Amino acid sequence: MRKKLGLSEEKIARGRELASAIVAPIMEFVRGYTTVTVERATLRIAGADGADADGVPVPNKIVDSLRSSDSGLGDGALLRYADAAERSALPPEALNARIAEGFDLASRPVADAAAARRKAEELVAAGLERISRNKRRREEKLREFAGRNNDPLLYLIVATGNIHEDVKQAQAAALKGADVVAVIRTTAQSLLDYVPYGATTEGFGGTYATQENFRIMRAALDEVAEREKRYIRLTNYASGLCMPEIAAMGALERLDMMLNDSMYGILFRDINMYRTFVDQRFSRMINAYAGITINTGEDNYLTTSDAFENADTVLASQFLNERFAYEAGLPARLMGLGHAYEMDPSIKDGFLFELAQAQMAREIFPEHPLKYMPPTKFMSGDVFQGLVMDSMFNFASKATGQGIHLLGMLTEAIHTPFMMDRFIGLESAKYVMNSMSSFAEEIEFREGGIVRSRAAEVLDQAVSFLEDIEKRGLLDSIAAGLFAEVKRAKDGGKGLDGLVKKGPAYWNPVEAELERALGIGG
Amino acid sequence: MAHIVRPYGDTLDDGKVQLSFTLPVPDGPKGRDAARLSVLGWGFRDCEVVHSAAISDDFSFYVAYASTDRGIDFDSAKADAASEAEAAMSMDEIDEYIRAVLGRKVVIVGACTGFDAHTVGIDAIMNMKGYNHHYGLERYKMIEAHNLGAQVPNERLIEYAEKVGADALLVSQVVTQKDVHIGNLTELIELLEAKGERGRFVCVAGGPRIGNKLAVELGFDAGFGRGSYANDVAAFVAKKIESKAKDR
Repeated sequence: MRKKLGLSEEKIARGRELASAIVAPIMEFVRGYTTVTVERATLRIAGADGADADGVPVPNKIVDSLRSSDSGLGDGALLRYADAAERSALPPEALNARIAEGFDLASRPVADAAAARRKAEELVAAGLERISRNKRRREEKLREFAGRNNDPLLYLIVATGNIHEDVKQAQAAALKGADVVAVIRTTAQSLLDYVPYGATTEGFGGTYATQENFRIMRAALDEVAEREKRYIRLTNYASGLCMPEIAAMGALERLDMMLNDSMYGILFRDINMYRTFVDQRFSRMINAYAGITINTGEDNYLTTSDAFENADTVLASQFLNERFAYEAGLPARLMGLGHAYEMDPSIKDGFLFELAQAQMAREIFPEHPLKYMPPTKFMSGDVFQGLVMDSMFNFASKATGQGIHLLGMLTEAIHTPFMMDRFIGLESAKYVMNSMSSFAEEIEFREGGIVRSRAAEVLDQAVSFLEDIEKRGLLDSIAAGLFAEVKRAKDGGKGLDGLVKKGPAYWNPVEAELERALGIGG
Repeated sequence: MAHIVRPYGDTLDDGKVQLSFTLPVPDGPKGRDAARLSVLGWGFRDCEVVHSAAISDDFSFYVAYASTDRGIDFDSAKADAASEAEAAMSMDEIDEYIRAVLGRKVVIVGACTGFDAHTVGIDAIMNMKGYNHHYGLERYKMIEAHNLGAQVPNERLIEYAEKVGADALLVSQVVTQKDVHIGNLTELIELLEAKGERGRFVCVAGGPRIGNKLAVELGFDAGFGRGSYANDVAAFVAKKIESKAKDR
């Protein structure tokens, strides 16, 4: 990638240095804690699955029962599960069924800790091997179908609420050229402290993320991939109160991307900050191990704040998301840092400012597959004007070498996309991107011109914003409303009661193995 | 004299309309004829299918032009003056209104009360991100919004509202099985009245099956049902505070 903006390398290095300094104290805290969903994710990787007659998932039954028992969760949940597996000599499926029927793991202490540990390690190894197998399969297919995907990857969303209907729409989109399909989740799933079980056919504004739904969509997209000789990536949302569990389930079912932001839940879903920081680390470790590309949520800053005035907060958040991701063992090539084309269309030279922002992100994060989001905030219902705005967005994306391109819908703000809306979005993007294929190599930005000046200004602002955050500390900065103009109290928000201090005997072989494999210290 | 109007393409009364749609059939000559017959079947005449494309093996996309003879009497059309949504102010207008008329921030405390665990409604109104392109109350510069979340007992809601000096209480009720919401909502008003504090707060109820009529019957100032957004609620609260101040 050729640099065109003449950005100050010292400023960029300073941004990274500040991000490290801001994140370090958070990581220190995070390592001393686990959460109910970290424990449930650990159990899931070891084989815990299923639900009881009332729909309460087995991992929740185990964790809830341990928490309310005298032993609590401070030692972790896995040893108790492994102990039951060892003593009963049952395979996970049969043990899960017994737990679903009411067998209570907390009712008796661990009999033989050494034997339980051996069993746990065996169960965890099987789960991690399945995840590794999925990763190898993805890599093989990407090699086999190399050069067949669009550049940037064209990303589409389906959201019918019914997984079987989603399959039809996803297959149609993939056949027409989509490289990535995201199944948007049902309203407010992010606030459920459990993951529903089984295939689902009813949702509101989206479809429940369940492991079975993941499996169904995976198979459907693989079918199209074989036919088209083009690997189709599947995306879901490792966000909300069950970040690590969704990551685990996605890893087990070979999802390829996860929406996964270090602070989104705090700011936009009012989830407690301590809980989120612990959960995001574990979920990102799983994503890193599974080779899953994360998509961060900086676009949300721009739908709530003004895209022109607050462009620096996007860059600052990208620096922080990058640092948190490195701390969890994710390499740059798996970091789909987010941003969006959301400036007010009436701003004079607005397109140049968008171009500056996108090119700046490209140059500061050269190996990262940047996730670029389309206009939504100023889409009005005028579908014709909307299509023009989407076309400008398509142009900006290709001109600046973005990695993951979420296709705009001309009916944004009207309804969840019709099948033909996606088709129009795909066809128009393919036209724009093909007809200007080599544009990025042809173009330079004039020294002292609008684009270079704007990028330099945003970088400057982002660095001084990070300096302010470093002085205050990240938690106090969030509490003071420095991000997206939202204030969140440290002990407020949802899910704080699910935060558990690790006891001296805390034991989690999933965490240990992920840290070892990813080369990150515990 | 009736004032008959028809669509205008390039000549008065030519009745021209443009249509685009998808049919669940393969693209091809048969599909295009199916599209043409569909348009004629809807009562149009002179249909021309100007474009067709395959969306997948089994779905096809069409653009068509056609004419209609059907006109309507323009005088029979009515502007929906009662439509709250049309009349409602935007977030910026509400902020400006509060700044100009009240000159201070409005404090609003919201919760989903009783055992109802569904925060969807209260979050749609209060959370920063809001819903369907209508930002939530947390985003308003002139509103201090406190979202207490779900399963909040009425006593705690009142206690909290007293503590932060709230102007308004928002109560969301999603679950209405066995009329549980009636009990929860009535209890709040009774508790407030017992403490002599009903007049202190603007009380608003909301939920997919809560209408203004029901809410007012139960002693609330207003109720907001399906299709209501944060700006509808904020505009009502701001105006109500002002009228209460005038009454005093």
